[in-house]
Amino acid sequence: MSRTDWEVVIGLEIHTQLNTQSKIFSGASTAFGAEPNAQACAVDIALPGVLPVLNKGAVERAIRFGLAIGATVAPKSIFARKNYFYPDLPKGYQISQYELPVVQGGQITLQVPDGKGGAYEKVVNLTRAHLEEDAGKSLHEDFHGMTGIDLNRAGTPLLEIVSEPDMRSSAEAVAYAKALHALVRWIDICDGNMQEGSFRCDANVSVRPRGQAEFGTRREIKNLNSFRFLQQAIDYEIQWQIELIEDGGKVQQATVLFDADTGETRAMRSKEDAHDYRYFPDPDLLPLVIDSAWIERVRGELPELPEALSARFQGEYGLSAYDATTLTASREVAQFYLDTVAAAGTANAKTCANWVMGDLAARLNKAELDITASPVSALQLAGLVQRIADNTISNAIAKKVFEALWNKEGGDDANAADTVIEAQGLKQVTDSGAIEAIIDEVLAANQKSVEEFRAGKEKAFNALVGQCMKASKGKANPAQVNELLKKKLG
Amino acid sequence: MSLSLDEVRHIAKLARLELAAGDAEATQAKLNGIFGLIEEMQAVDTDGVEPMSHPQELAQRLRDDAVSESDRRAAYQAVAPQTEAGLYLVPKVIE
Repeated sequence: MSRTDWEVVIGLEIHTQLNTQSKIFSGASTAFGAEPNAQACAVDIALPGVLPVLNKGAVERAIRFGLAIGATVAPKSIFARKNYFYPDLPKGYQISQYELPVVQGGQITLQVPDGKGGAYEKVVNLTRAHLEEDAGKSLHEDFHGMTGIDLNRAGTPLLEIVSEPDMRSSAEAVAYAKALHALVRWIDICDGNMQEGSFRCDANVSVRPRGQAEFGTRREIKNLNSFRFLQQAIDYEIQWQIELIEDGGKVQQATVLFDADTGETRAMRSKEDAHDYRYFPDPDLLPLVIDSAWIERVRGELPELPEALSARFQGEYGLSAYDATTLTASREVAQFYLDTVAAAGTANAKTCANWVMGDLAARLNKAELDITASPVSALQLAGLVQRIADNTISNAIAKKVFEALWNKEGGDDANAADTVIEAQGLKQVTDSGAIEAIIDEVLAANQKSVEEFRAGKEKAFNALVGQCMKASKGKANPAQVNELLKKKLG
Repeated sequence: MSLSLDEVRHIAKLARLELAAGDAEATQAKLNGIFGLIEEMQAVDTDGVEPMSHPQELAQRLRDDAVSESDRRAAYQAVAPQTEAGLYLVPKVIE
C-alpha cells in the first residue's frame, strides 16, 4: 500500500493554564517563577483537614471559552476525583471533571495551509472542555538519589480542551492548535506562553486504510509544548504506525513521549494500571451551578471574536479569507490593523493589509519584536499608506520611507511619513514638463535602445522606462513615464 | 456481582494498601457484602430520576479570584521528612 492509501486520524487534548491570580481551589498565588514551594499553601500540599473552595475567576474563564466556541455551558457540572499516586500530586488524586464537564460541544473554523501557498477551510468539533487542577513539578537532578518536588504549580487552574478525532493530517492538527492558541489569548483566559507550559498539547494518533469505517488503534503522544514538535511528533508517529502495520504488526494502545533531539516517539514504560483512575464525584465539592444571568453577563463582556472580525474584514474591506485570517491571528495584530484602517480610510484597507502582513510583519519578525512594540505606529503607517494613495510617493519609494520610519527618522508624530518625504525630497514627480525633460535626456543618451525599440524589440521600451526612473532617482510617477515615453516614441 | 480474590488484591495495590495473609479473604467478604447492598438498590426503578452527585441539594459556593495565602514554606517544611533548596525530597520517581 502506498502512503496515500492510509487515512490519518488525529484528536487533540490541550491543557491551557487559566490566567487567574490565585489557584483553582486555594488562595495561593499562581505567578510564574517564584521560589520553590513559596506558593504552595496547606490546600496545595494536601495537609489533612483542608477543603477546596472553587475560584470564581476560573469558572468565568471556562464560560468565556464555552461561549467563544458556541458550546453548551452546562447549567450544572460536577467535580470528580481522578485517583493516581505520584508525588507531584500529594492528595493521591487530581480534582477534575469527568461525567458532567462545564463546557460541552462547540466547534472552531480554521484556515489550513494547503502547502501550495493557499489555504482551505476546516471545521473541527470539540467534545468538551473541563476544569481541573495542575500538578506540581518533579526535579530529577541529583538530590542524593532522591527526587525534589516543587508544588508551586499544584492547583493552578487548567481548562482541558478535548477535540473530536476530526483532523486528518499534522498540518490540520497544527492549524487547530494554533487557532485555539490564538483564541484563548484573544478572549484573555490564558497567556499562551508555551515555554512556561501554559499551553500543552497531547495528540491521539491512529491510521486506517482509506475507506475503513472503524478507527485504528491510537497512541497518545504526551506533552508537546511547541507547534513544531507537534508537527514532527505526529509525522513521525504516522510513519511509524504505517510501517508497523505494513510489516504485519499491530498497533498497541500506548502513551508515548516525543524526543525532540532524535525526532522520534517512544512508548513510556507501560505502568500497568496507569489508566485505572477510579473516578468518582468529589464529596468535598458541591455541584457547580451556572445560571443564565451569569452566562449572559459574560457574553456581553466578550470581545468581537476572530471569526466574526475575519468575516467583517472580508465583507467590509474586501480582503481574502486568508488575509482576513492572518490579520485576526492575534488581537494585537487585529487592533493594529483596525487602527491603521481607521486613520488611512476604508478605501485603503487592502493597501493597509498588505503593509501590515508584508513589510511590517517581515521587519518585526527580523527584529523579533511583538507588534505592540513596533517602532512604526499604526497612525504612522496609515500616513504612509495615504501618501501612496494620493500619488505623493510610489510603492518603491514607500519602502524607503518605511525604513526611515522604522529608524525613527521622522520622529514619533503621526505625520512622520510626511516629515521623511519632505526632508529627503522623496516626493514623486508628477509634473509632465519635468518628466518630459528627463525622458528627452534619456532618449538622447540611449539612441541604441530607441533604435531597437523602433525595430520591434519590446524589451527595449522597459529598459528605457528603467533609465528614466533611475534618472529621476525613483521619484518620477511610473505610470506617467510610461505614457509620455510611449507618446514620444510613437 | 462478586469480587474475586485477584480483584481484591488489584484494588489494594491501586490504593497502595498492603494486605497481610488472610486479609484478602476477609476484605473480599466485606466488599461482597457491600456489593450485595448495591445489587438490592439496583433493583429499584429509577427511571426519570436525576442522579445525585452529592447528598445535599446545595450548589458550590465560589470564592473571588484573589491571593489570600502568604508564604508559609518554612513552617510546612519544618514537619516534612526531608527538604533541600526549598524542595520536598521523596524517593526517586522516574518514568
